[in-house]
Amino acid sequence: MNTNVNHPSKPRKSALVLFIHKLGSPPWFYAFSGKLIPWLWLLFGIMTAWGLYLGLVKGPADYLQGESVRIMYIHVPSAWMSWMIYAVMAGLGFITLVWRIRITEILAMSSAPIGAAFTLVALASGSLWGRPTWGTYWVWDARLTSELVLLFLYLGVMGLYNAIDEPRKAARAACLLALVGVVNLPIIHFSVKWWNTLHQPNSISFTGGSSIDASMLWPLLIMAIAVKFYYAANLLSRARVKLLEQDLRKAWVRNVVPRDLPRVGPDVVHRDRGN
Amino acid sequence: MSHLPFIWAAYSVGTIVLLWCALAPLVRKRVALRDIRRLIQLEERHLDSDS
Amino acid sequence: MSAPNQGADRGADYRGGSLSGAFLALVRRDLLLAFRRRTELLFPVIFLLVVISLFPLGIGPGPQLLARIAPGVIWIAALLATVISLDALFRSDFEDGTLEQFVISGHPLTLIALAKIATHWLVAGLPIVLLSPLLALWMNLPAESLGVMVLTLLLGTPILSLIGSIGVGLTISLKRGGQLLSLLVFPLYVPILIIATAAVMATSDNLPYTQFLGLLAAGLITSVTLAPFATAAALKISLS
Repeated sequence: MNTNVNHPSKPRKSALVLFIHKLGSPPWFYAFSGKLIPWLWLLFGIMTAWGLYLGLVKGPADYLQGESVRIMYIHVPSAWMSWMIYAVMAGLGFITLVWRIRITEILAMSSAPIGAAFTLVALASGSLWGRPTWGTYWVWDARLTSELVLLFLYLGVMGLYNAIDEPRKAARAACLLALVGVVNLPIIHFSVKWWNTLHQPNSISFTGGSSIDASMLWPLLIMAIAVKFYYAANLLSRARVKLLEQDLRKAWVRNVVPRDLPRVGPDVVHRDRGN
Repeated sequence: MSHLPFIWAAYSVGTIVLLWCALAPLVRKRVALRDIRRLIQLEERHLDSDS
Repeated sequence: MSAPNQGADRGADYRGGSLSGAFLALVRRDLLLAFRRRTELLFPVIFLLVVISLFPLGIGPGPQLLARIAPGVIWIAALLATVISLDALFRSDFEDGTLEQFVISGHPLTLIALAKIATHWLVAGLPIVLLSPLLALWMNLPAESLGVMVLTLLLGTPILSLIGSIGVGLTISLKRGGQLLSLLVFPLYVPILIIATAAVMATSDNLPYTQFLGLLAAGLITSVTLAPFATAAALKISLS
């Protein structure tokens, strides 16, 4: 890892480049993300409260669909996140494979479960939205079917990562799979969309076609931003734990752990077992 | 048919899944910190017994 | 099964270390090895026949129903049969260390991957294409759809081998890699399934179908150029 960024004979690197270099160092990343996470959760909380208030309390019901359109404020942002996280995971995977940076590897693998969770929420909320709208809990429409295939892609990445024993090798294999998946994603998405129009020409779209009213658009956009803060907070939180787990025996970790346990001699072994 | 139970169900599922997703790393962190502490104690015990 | 493989290369007269020489030598070797265990070649074929015959047994032999689901059923059976035979693509070479020798040999791993994929298709994909008239007969596929059915399989089964090889490359170092393999490759197979069955179904409705064949051909060309690189990268990771 090149740390000699400010050598006197070289021109001073910009602050951004320096910052990115520092992020690659586990103790620095651990400390920095630790300070960032509470703010991210706070922003998530504020945006979610505001968005849900606008959507659930103040916002109107739909002319055609009635109250059930309110499910849109959790379904659509979750669906958007499920796709975005896969793209981010693949991007981080690309960096990992080309430059072998450990922190991007950890961030990529930590993204997968979060993306899978959002996919699950999108599927469940979409299914529940479908029941009052179409009369059935499951319809093989383009969006739900795509989400299902996306879930399988996520499960594949997570499954491969967990199946290989050595962590760095497992991460590289899973990153390659994520890359292959992201190349196929547009193909899958469009072929499913087209397949759906072929077999169900009368399918109804959730948002009913052309434009969406401002009173519904605002809560939707606010929730879309809110879930991004959730992703950032959760991602950093997971990445920090993975760093701890992988660097269990390293020196920097010792400085991080609060040394608050009193040393009382050999008996401490027995007392510990209750934990 | 009232839409209310479906709205409640959708948001409940969302909350449960995302809450679990958010809490999982905290649980693992506690386990990791416990393992680190145990390692530190083992090493200190070895140091003590060596000296 | 790791019987010593020296005899396979003894008769090879492709010298000079050229790329095409290496490619042909490897294909020849793998075909020889595959034909030494001739009975194992039949397993995917028998699997295909059994799976197809399960559908009338499970759904009922009504001719109109079978005809309606025939394109999808035949293609799904082809997918399943391909995935079953994929693991054998690299397994025996991985187990006796030949694969590692390939990686450290001077030859580009991409070419080696392409050679093995070609062999896999000849041994597993081509029989599907050749058997498809029989499968079409069993599933009561209308006669006018048969030609397109065979064409979709001819164009599509190589794509299945190509994309599947990436999955095999990633899972080859796992003991139960075969099980994970299906989870990995089936989502990637979805577009091929959709386009191929759409082509066949278009013929029975007398709609144009050539655009789907064109898409399959484009997919084949793209896969042939890109998949071997990904497979080679996957193998390097698995063997690291």
